[in-house]
Amino acid sequence: MREINYRTAVREAMVEEMMRDERVCLMGEEVGHYQGAYKVTEGMLEKFGERRVVDTPIAEFGFAGVGIGAAMVGLRPIVEFMTWNFSAVAFDQILNNAAKLYQMSGGQYRVPVVFRGPNGAARQVAAQHSHSMDPFYVNIPGLHVCAPSTPRDAKGLLKTAIRDDNPVIFLEGETLYAVKGEVPDEGVEELIPFGQARIAQEGTDVTLVAWGRPYHTAMQAAESLAKEGISCEVIDPRTLRPLDHRTVVESVKKTNRCVIVHEHWEHGGTGAQLVDLVQREAFDYLDAPVLRVHNQDVSMPYAVNLENTVLPTVERVVDAVKKTLYVAS
Amino acid sequence: MEDSLLLKKDELLTLYKKMFLIRRFEEEAARAYAQGKIGGFLHLYIGQEAVAMGAIACMRPDDYFVTTYRDHGVALGRGMTARACMAELFGKVTGCSKGFGGSMHMFDRPNNFLGGHGIVGAHVSLAAGPAFKAKYMGEDRITMCFFGDGATNIGGFHEGISLAALWKLPIIFVCENNQYSMGTPISRTAAQPEFWKKAEGYNIPGFRIDGHDVREVAEKFKEPIARARRGEGPTFIEVVTYRYRGHSMSDPGKYRTAAEVEERKKQDPVRIARDALLEMKVKEEELAKIDALVEEEVADAVKFADESDPPDEALMHSLTLAKTGEDPYA
Ligand SMILES: Cc1ncc(C[n+]2csc(CCOP(=O)(O)OP(=O)(O)O)c2C)c(N)n1
Ligand SMILES: [Mg+2]
Repeated sequence: MREINYRTAVREAMVEEMMRDERVCLMGEEVGHYQGAYKVTEGMLEKFGERRVVDTPIAEFGFAGVGIGAAMVGLRPIVEFMTWNFSAVAFDQILNNAAKLYQMSGGQYRVPVVFRGPNGAARQVAAQHSHSMDPFYVNIPGLHVCAPSTPRDAKGLLKTAIRDDNPVIFLEGETLYAVKGEVPDEGVEELIPFGQARIAQEGTDVTLVAWGRPYHTAMQAAESLAKEGISCEVIDPRTLRPLDHRTVVESVKKTNRCVIVHEHWEHGGTGAQLVDLVQREAFDYLDAPVLRVHNQDVSMPYAVNLENTVLPTVERVVDAVKKTLYVAS
Repeated sequence: MEDSLLLKKDELLTLYKKMFLIRRFEEEAARAYAQGKIGGFLHLYIGQEAVAMGAIACMRPDDYFVTTYRDHGVALGRGMTARACMAELFGKVTGCSKGFGGSMHMFDRPNNFLGGHGIVGAHVSLAAGPAFKAKYMGEDRITMCFFGDGATNIGGFHEGISLAALWKLPIIFVCENNQYSMGTPISRTAAQPEFWKKAEGYNIPGFRIDGHDVREVAEKFKEPIARARRGEGPTFIEVVTYRYRGHSMSDPGKYRTAAEVEERKKQDPVRIARDALLEMKVKEEELAKIDALVEEEVADAVKFADESDPPDEALMHSLTLAKTGEDPYA
């Protein structure tokens, strides 16, 4: 094992897959000459050239379409959205083409394309640039949705995503890019399968589920709760579609309590889906209602004091856990 | 027009047969629709047959084709069997898309036909994809992309052409200007009714042609296709045409007069091709023989579609996600 940051992990996955398979190419805004808006693709143009690392104009709908159409006939494009916020203008391509062509063509055309980029709030970029887009995409059959929280998962899942024959939504995080973690040594290949949650920390009192940035919030909350003698089992689903709810259900059968932490709004999405699955499959085991800590139901304000109240915080997670244990905060 | 300048007799015979097949196929589809055997939308291509066949006449089998929901003509023209096409309309598992696409979503991978797209303009961006792939892999295959006059107003149209022009992709953008988008005439949708002029804005060649004579369409498509194959980039072709039927089966067509439609029918592309063949001294009996074969093919397709089974639920669930690495079409 060696330690690298999340940004490097994402890049390593792309570089390794592009070296392995000529059909893999990368396109997006500023991915080449500029070296990536968040430096994720740094050095890739120099390594692979303009044929395979393609700078696009600002045309998300258009280049998402190009990626899908190229995938139909055998390429395996990685399409970078500068941030997932801008995927909204390409939403129709993903919903109506990427996710549907395999089925609508009766299985004749596959769409092995990966859409990737940073998801969720960064810092003080206000309402239009702070979306967690996962609830929109997890709703769509025909897609895989990955939301890795650690460098190791980012690398292993992205490699799997590139090799998958279906369209993959790959959600990174601007605030995650600098996060460090262990990954397998160079030359040791790790492909992380979709639909397998990771138990980040075992515990006995409450099950905490989180992915993306809130995963780190949940881990901090667990650490702080441990000091008060409360033991949390922390589960990172890693992929939201397919969603490994069984690992969560099994954990809840042991802890009898569950708190889900997520960055998207309350209405719908993976958080709500997990609540539904847990109550259906572990109803008799629950000692408290399943609680969620999530973004407040407002557009993201610019003012930092308010932004901090909108996003899930360690304090809110700690409070929610205590509520499920019926202990005073 | 002279034989020497344009298509040879055999070529025109082949095109005529296909155009007559499209015509008769769709007339029977309309009948089946009225009988409730076909559901949903059914957008007929009747009146526009020469556009698809003129383009297809200049294409190689390994070239790609992407079009709109008005897709039966292209599907049959590119080589889909009448059986697979009709069975798809009937929602049967023997259809080209196994009954999952229907009228608007015909696909035929062996014939490099990439659909059959229902969102106006979105496929113009998608179509730049196969062209991107051809260039990336160093292949000299071209992509043919059809869309309507109405599609020129939406972003997907613009972004697709803009990217293809920038990257000099081997693709032909064809605006089938049939004068209407649904019930709205171009006078109320387009500030610039000469759509071909948009090419200038993308710095690619563009021109306008009439779409009722398949010989002329074929002639005008040759050079743009050769140009794309040479790696010199896209061309924008506006083809002026007319649909004789409503936008779809549910359209009574109250936005245009019967006189207007009758006037346009004087330039029926199927009849023009037939007359041209007679002028080329093809015997009436020979044409009658071809016509009879087409009638047989269409009747057989209807019977086949009728007798086929619908898809089952297990197939439905297996078609949501592909099993990686197990592509039976590869
Ligand atoms: C984005 C989108 N908006 C609206 C529709 C509904 N619609 C389907 S066809 C059509 C008219 C398109 O006209 P045109 O592009 O001229 O093609 P034509 O039908 O004449 O071949 C409309 C409005 C749609 N399918 N997609
Ligand atoms: Mg039209």
